[in-house]
Amino acid sequence: MQLFNIFMDNLPSILSGIMVTIKLSIISLLVAVVLGIVFGIFRLSKIKILEGIAVGYLYIIRGTPLMVQALFIYFGIAPLIIPRSDPFICGVIALSLNAGAYMSEIFRAGILAVDFGQMEASRSLGLGYFKTMQKVILPQAVKIMIPSIINQFIVTMKDTSILTVISIRELTASGQIIVARNFKPLETYGVIAVMYFLLITALSIFSSYVERRLHRGHKSN
Amino acid sequence: MKRKTFIALTCTLILAMAALTGCGSKKETAGDTASDDKVYLIACDAKYAPFSFEENGTYKGIDVELLDAIAKTEGFKYELKPMDFSAVIPGITSGQLDGAIAGMSITDERKQSLDFSEGYFESGLSIVVNANNTDINSEADLQSKSASIKKGTAGSQFAEDNTDKYGLKLNYFDDSPTMFLDVENGNSDFLLEDYPVIAYKIKVDGDSKLRIAGDKLYTVDYGFAVKKDDNQELLKMFNDGLKKIKEDGTYDKIVGQYVGE
Repeated sequence: MQLFNIFMDNLPSILSGIMVTIKLSIISLLVAVVLGIVFGIFRLSKIKILEGIAVGYLYIIRGTPLMVQALFIYFGIAPLIIPRSDPFICGVIALSLNAGAYMSEIFRAGILAVDFGQMEASRSLGLGYFKTMQKVILPQAVKIMIPSIINQFIVTMKDTSILTVISIRELTASGQIIVARNFKPLETYGVIAVMYFLLITALSIFSSYVERRLHRGHKSN
Repeated sequence: MKRKTFIALTCTLILAMAALTGCGSKKETAGDTASDDKVYLIACDAKYAPFSFEENGTYKGIDVELLDAIAKTEGFKYELKPMDFSAVIPGITSGQLDGAIAGMSITDERKQSLDFSEGYFESGLSIVVNANNTDINSEADLQSKSASIKKGTAGSQFAEDNTDKYGLKLNYFDDSPTMFLDVENGNSDFLLEDYPVIAYKIKVDGDSKLRIAGDKLYTVDYGFAVKKDDNQELLKMFNDGLKKIKEDGTYDKIVGQYVGE
């Protein structure tokens, strides 16, 4: 009951926090997927420079915590380019770069998991590199990648809470601000945890729906 | 054929980068068009009742209302940016903010990188302990105790300066509410907070398990801050405006709402 009262009393604050969390997650994930595909394929490329760029990117991002990346971008790099830059955009950049690196490994692993013989067979049947990727390799690779991608989506959604340090007012920050006034941490953070749980459960259900759809499509081919 | 693939991919990458930087520059032009009528970006502490705190979706408190009154008198526009105190000073020095009114004590260390206005509020540092704690009643009782402190504050400065002298153990937090909780829950022996803030917290929160131990360690003024040698016109407007609202009684009206006798 107490939980419900706290939820109702702070509804606008909680809802605006949820909206920011969702916006951050969606934009960052879309950019991260693009970055992941690009760098995943760079990593597999025979051109040494591209492979080097992809490996360097992966090592730098994987070797530093997201919180440091966000602080470095917002307080370090951004002011050099645009003073008074928007923390939201800096947050999106940090989160996208971060998730993109992990995503690139997922894409690389997915493509590698499809037997190389299939590429050879398809190419010797006269299909081009792109067609082979599109018709033979990717449909199988995507199926393998889906669970890892969903996992990364969920991790990234939760990572948005780290961006409170660069003053983005998302769900966790809203919770802290509410506690600052009502002095009820147990109940308030309880409400915030429930909100995250609902958001992520919704994301999981949506993801498994997408996964089922992809599988059905594949079988009917 | 492979080469073509990579050319295509490189193009995609460049496009992605362009899209990212595009977002950034769009923001900037939005700022530029408004620059004939400059909107100052001014930070306040996101969680620092009674100076700045949120109620029903809007920010209020002494800092917020003084700034608003001064801006009206002096006719400048500003955007309020509530943030963690630990991010406020880096935000000013790196140029992400134009100024801050964040319950910030005017100290010599800070004067090396910031310019302060005239003091707008007299404050000071208090030792605060759990209400059940009877051991600590003055600075001399702090010997080998654990301190809960907030990053980048005058309190943390004091604790750091005296760590060796008293053999303190320091626990760092980002905002005041978590720092309070740490002492209420008994994890740390005492905390250091500015007197008006802790007095307000104890007054407003009936369930508060905190007690102010002894006298203020020292008194200090709060000041409005800008980056050193930068935004001097903003600083001047703040000083002029402060003088005016003190004369016409607005100042007393605002402060009286929160720290009446």
